[in-house]
Amino acid sequence: MDFIARHPVLVVSLVKIAVLMFVVMTALAYLSWFERKVIAHMQSRWGPYYVGAHGLLQPLADGIKFLFKEDVIPPASDRLVYVLAPFLALSLALTTLALIPFGPATISIFGQPTQLVVANLDISLLFLFAITSMGVYGVALAGWSSNSKYPLLGSLRSSAQMISYEVSLTLSVVGVLLLAGTLNFNEIIQGQRGYYWHSLPRWNVVPQIVGFLCYFTAAIAETNRVPFDLPEAETELVAGFHTEYSSFKFAMFFMAEYANMITVSCLATILFLGGWLSPFPDRWTLLQYLPAAALMGLGAYLGYDTAVHMRGIARMQLAVVTALALGLGLFCLQSAVMAVIQGPFWFLLKVGLLLFFYVWTRATLPRFRYDQLMSFGWKLLLPVSLVNLLVTSLLILLLGKRG
Amino acid sequence: MTLSVFLFFAFAAVAVLGALLLIVAREPIHSALSLILVMISLAVLYLLLGAEFIAAVQIIVYAGAIMVLFVFVIMLLNAGEEERTDWSKLAKYAGVPLGLILVLALAYWMARSTIAGSAGAAAPASAAVSTRELSEQLFRTYLLPFEATSILILIAILGALVLAKREE
Repeated sequence: MDFIARHPVLVVSLVKIAVLMFVVMTALAYLSWFERKVIAHMQSRWGPYYVGAHGLLQPLADGIKFLFKEDVIPPASDRLVYVLAPFLALSLALTTLALIPFGPATISIFGQPTQLVVANLDISLLFLFAITSMGVYGVALAGWSSNSKYPLLGSLRSSAQMISYEVSLTLSVVGVLLLAGTLNFNEIIQGQRGYYWHSLPRWNVVPQIVGFLCYFTAAIAETNRVPFDLPEAETELVAGFHTEYSSFKFAMFFMAEYANMITVSCLATILFLGGWLSPFPDRWTLLQYLPAAALMGLGAYLGYDTAVHMRGIARMQLAVVTALALGLGLFCLQSAVMAVIQGPFWFLLKVGLLLFFYVWTRATLPRFRYDQLMSFGWKLLLPVSLVNLLVTSLLILLLGKRG
Repeated sequence: MTLSVFLFFAFAAVAVLGALLLIVAREPIHSALSLILVMISLAVLYLLLGAEFIAAVQIIVYAGAIMVLFVFVIMLLNAGEEERTDWSKLAKYAGVPLGLILVLALAYWMARSTIAGSAGAAAPASAAVSTRELSEQLFRTYLLPFEATSILILIAILGALVLAKREE
């Protein structure tokens, strides 16, 4: 206790990091379940089904499988860099999440009032770009150190792709910065409070719709996802940059990719979709029961599912999930919790929708050819985001006000 | 020893170590990685001085863009291990003593300078410059030098293009 009293900020930060890591690690695991399930249903399949009710224990089974597989290090590889690359990829991907504000509410940990963000910097956005700009090393070094043809080709592609699309990504965000006049995430979100014509939320996505589309396209390319997943195009390059990786090192690349997806969606939410702001006016006070109601509704549906469709051990497993959902719903009804949960609820809802969109594109779109990818990035996306920037600055200059 | 002093010495040591590795490493990629290490530790040193913006830009521009290109080119050319030659006579008999003299001279002047006593510990708060102040300096007071520099860089890019595309 003495240590806590003497270093309150350090201890509180550590607690927040621990909680965030736990939540994010679970989210990463279940994002893979979510992706497989959604794509399966879009393609009229069942997806993961056998491990746990609705395949809910599949992530756990995958994790155990990765842990116990043989960890092969190719003899001709550059050992140091080969081992370093997955750590680099995952740690950089997770570091960015420290900057994401999940809600406005001030909570107190060990009597220290603190916000729902690990690090509230003046230059959150720049710092986030600083870290994501390093993300390319994980992929590039993995391919190079494997000392093998296909991984090298994969990482060459990915370096070129990530450099190209990073330019459009950064430029598409500058319009929002001009509107907000700050680099701090909380201030950017606060600037989006209010309504256009009393009904449309004053989110940056309205004036910056072009910027938003450019941002999201570039973001999909930055995270090496379909339709821009050339670095790991399995039909051409076996598995791209992580061909030689096995066991937990492969899992780390996998987790890094999902963590990057989450970061990019969080950033889109903060910059364009009003972050943790609710789309509805504050005077609709009944809406504060929405998180609890949503959880209870989910619990009720799961309870029905448990009773009607499940048999044997799956029924017990789903009963536990039902109890969890109902319990969380009841927990959210407490007034102290209800105040804190509002911001995170809307934030996570928006992020969840964007992640669904990510998965949706993967189920829908075919892969670009390499030259198409490059000409799309440099000849369409970059000019469009530049013009967007120019028009935005011009309008701000002419109208003489922000927004 | 306060935390900031400890961090200063830790990252200064990492920077020097990275710089040494950069020269000693025989594999070009290892050299590039060491250089990235140097860039990052320099960024942390800027951060300790309260220059958040410079620190972030240091990482974005140097570690995130320029070094990515270096690594990309090294990978593309598949550059092998560098070959070592014996030291040249000039380096052996003139370089080593001169280098030593330079280090000693720098150490002497640093020890004598007035900021030595407060190095690291006291600098931050007062020196902290916000991004807004910095950009006002850059785009109002020093607009002309700034624009001149960017045109210079543009010319350099065009020059590189012309040289690279020259027909046989």
